[in-house]
Amino acid sequence: MSAPQLDIDALLKDPELHIVVCCGAGGVGKTTTSAALAVRAADSGRTVVVLTIDPARRLAQSLGLTQLDNVPRVVDGVGGDSGGRLWAMQLDMKRTFDEIVEAHSTPQRSSQILSNPFYQSLSSSFAGTQEYMAMEKLGQLRTAGNWDLIIVDTPPSRSALDFLDAPQRMARFLDGRMLRLLAAPAKAGGRAYLKVVGAGFMLFSRILTRILGAQVLNDISAFVGALDTMFGGFRERAEATYEMLRRPGTAFLVVASPEPDALREASYFVDRLAVDKMPLAGLVVNRVHRSAAPGLSAQWAEAAADSLAEAGGHELAVAALRIHAEQATLAARERRLTQRFDKAHPDVARREVPALAGDVHDLAALREIAGALAGP
Amino acid sequence: MVTPATQPRPAAETAGESAEFPAARLHVVTGKGGTGKTTVAAALALALATGGRRTLLVEVEGRQGIAQLFDSPPLPYAERRVAIAPGGGEVLALAVDDEAALLDYLEMFYSLRRAGRALRKMGAIDFATAIAPGLRDVLLTGKVKEAATRTEGGRRVYDAVILDAPPTGRITKFLNVTAEVSGLARVGPIKTQSDGVMAVLRSSQTAIHVVTLLEEMPVQETMDAIADLQATNLPVGAVFINAARDSLLPAADQKRALAGRLASTRVAAGLRAAGLDSDNHDGTSLAAALTDQAVAHALRISVEDESRQRLATLGLPTYELPLLPGPIDLGDLLELAGLLRSAGVR
Repeated sequence: MSAPQLDIDALLKDPELHIVVCCGAGGVGKTTTSAALAVRAADSGRTVVVLTIDPARRLAQSLGLTQLDNVPRVVDGVGGDSGGRLWAMQLDMKRTFDEIVEAHSTPQRSSQILSNPFYQSLSSSFAGTQEYMAMEKLGQLRTAGNWDLIIVDTPPSRSALDFLDAPQRMARFLDGRMLRLLAAPAKAGGRAYLKVVGAGFMLFSRILTRILGAQVLNDISAFVGALDTMFGGFRERAEATYEMLRRPGTAFLVVASPEPDALREASYFVDRLAVDKMPLAGLVVNRVHRSAAPGLSAQWAEAAADSLAEAGGHELAVAALRIHAEQATLAARERRLTQRFDKAHPDVARREVPALAGDVHDLAALREIAGALAGP
Repeated sequence: MVTPATQPRPAAETAGESAEFPAARLHVVTGKGGTGKTTVAAALALALATGGRRTLLVEVEGRQGIAQLFDSPPLPYAERRVAIAPGGGEVLALAVDDEAALLDYLEMFYSLRRAGRALRKMGAIDFATAIAPGLRDVLLTGKVKEAATRTEGGRRVYDAVILDAPPTGRITKFLNVTAEVSGLARVGPIKTQSDGVMAVLRSSQTAIHVVTLLEEMPVQETMDAIADLQATNLPVGAVFINAARDSLLPAADQKRALAGRLASTRVAAGLRAAGLDSDNHDGTSLAAALTDQAVAHALRISVEDESRQRLATLGLPTYELPLLPGPIDLGDLLELAGLLRSAGVR
């Protein structure tokens, strides 16, 4: 049983396609895959921007990402005669958040918000801020309309599903009743307030005060007061971006490595996309080991190495046979794992990218990976 | 085990001699995603439990990675035995859940368990941990600290607590709880609590270990994370190299392969002597295919050696664990624990 092949070039050349989202567990090579796809698409003539989240230093350098200023920069040496061009940027979540605040309030209000301790903690370390801001930035890039293809890397979350869930969770929180109620004592107070919110909430508020200290609640209160004009806006924006991802111009690429955890995570994500009716392009399995001589089994190679070693001499051949046995064992194990995925998801197109000996330092290496993604 | 004699390697067999494994009570295990930190944490818990001791293996990210590794049902928020160590020790495991940790905290410090349940119904617990992410980390590390320092009848309950911690990208922030809540709570009980956690994390009772593979990116992340931890005055313990491979090539052939001078004719002669067909599945010569594989192997080994040398510049105790075919089971964990023991981890 083998999965249908994922045709990356057909995907990237489809003029109707405007957004590719690369998602998957941490450590599977999402960022590298996004960058390789972006280079391939630009080389084929498209105007592309790649939004990376937290690229390794040398990968960032290979894209010319030396500044972290939250705006896309042109990557030199891509596109060639095809007319395509590539921009790259690295997400700065705090800055993205600051910009939303600035865009939606008066200068006086926004400076109040930006200096609020609660806002500062929210914008730099809130669980889900990174996902929310990645989603937000994606929306901005799409609205700007300067690119006909946007490729997004996703944050290294605890779960790949966080990319879909965290933004709405956070927007619900920002627009939510609880936050407003917490802020309310500043405005209402007294008996009338208690009547409105009920004793349960008062208990909650009292406990929060006991745990966090009164200052925190004061900060929250001031934050919400200053944010008043933006209420409702957070949820709308998050929902609009979410809806955008469900439209036909988007494709999700799930990235995994041939490891049980990564494939399990990929499986969850594929199921979730199906439930939410989001467009899945396929699965990319990175760092796959292949046997160079599939006809020679690991056991056979090992046995041949043993008998050869016993007879003496032929040291190199013995070593080559043992290396083959190791490689064939690894390849067989990975094949079993990916086949398990195929069994659960027989219709999901798949592409395997072989493991490279070294790391990605430059455009040439990215093109090599892109070539493997596109296949022979 | 075949080791090229020409290449120095601060491997498991030698690491114990140069530097001692930190005599800590709380072992925090981090690493880049995909490096196998859960596996190493579990092997460490087994190694430290060997010989009649008792250790606790803790996870905090809700992934149930420990249960999967030990092939047990999902862990509840309770300390359960997951394995018996050689020599009669035992390993218990705990999956800390932030909501449950908050309820625990409310009960412990305010006797508020019933109120806590009411709050849970309102969704307020979610809200409280969401409103203050620092709070969440203080609660999680607070629970770990509590287990590490817990006594019963004047004796420590656990000889060691091993935390399967968040990955390198988030570890400093996760452990530096005081800084995280300081912007949030300058005074108050959570501040006091975080100061208490920080005191333990900064002390010699704690050692933070980083798991890496012998590949460029994980090594770079390891070095960056260690620099960050040290800059924050958090006690770095050891480096654990996971899934290391040995060169299977004779030293001279390893050199030839890197120089592009590995002759497939020599492989072909050996294959003939072994009576193997000399054609590959696609009509190319089997000897050529195996030679290419041997060259790729040599390249990988040389990347591994460079990685080892970079890690050696850290001057930290380093332990090396071999690549196992997997999927990792209890037998593999015991094997890894045995290797750690014989390298001086105790």
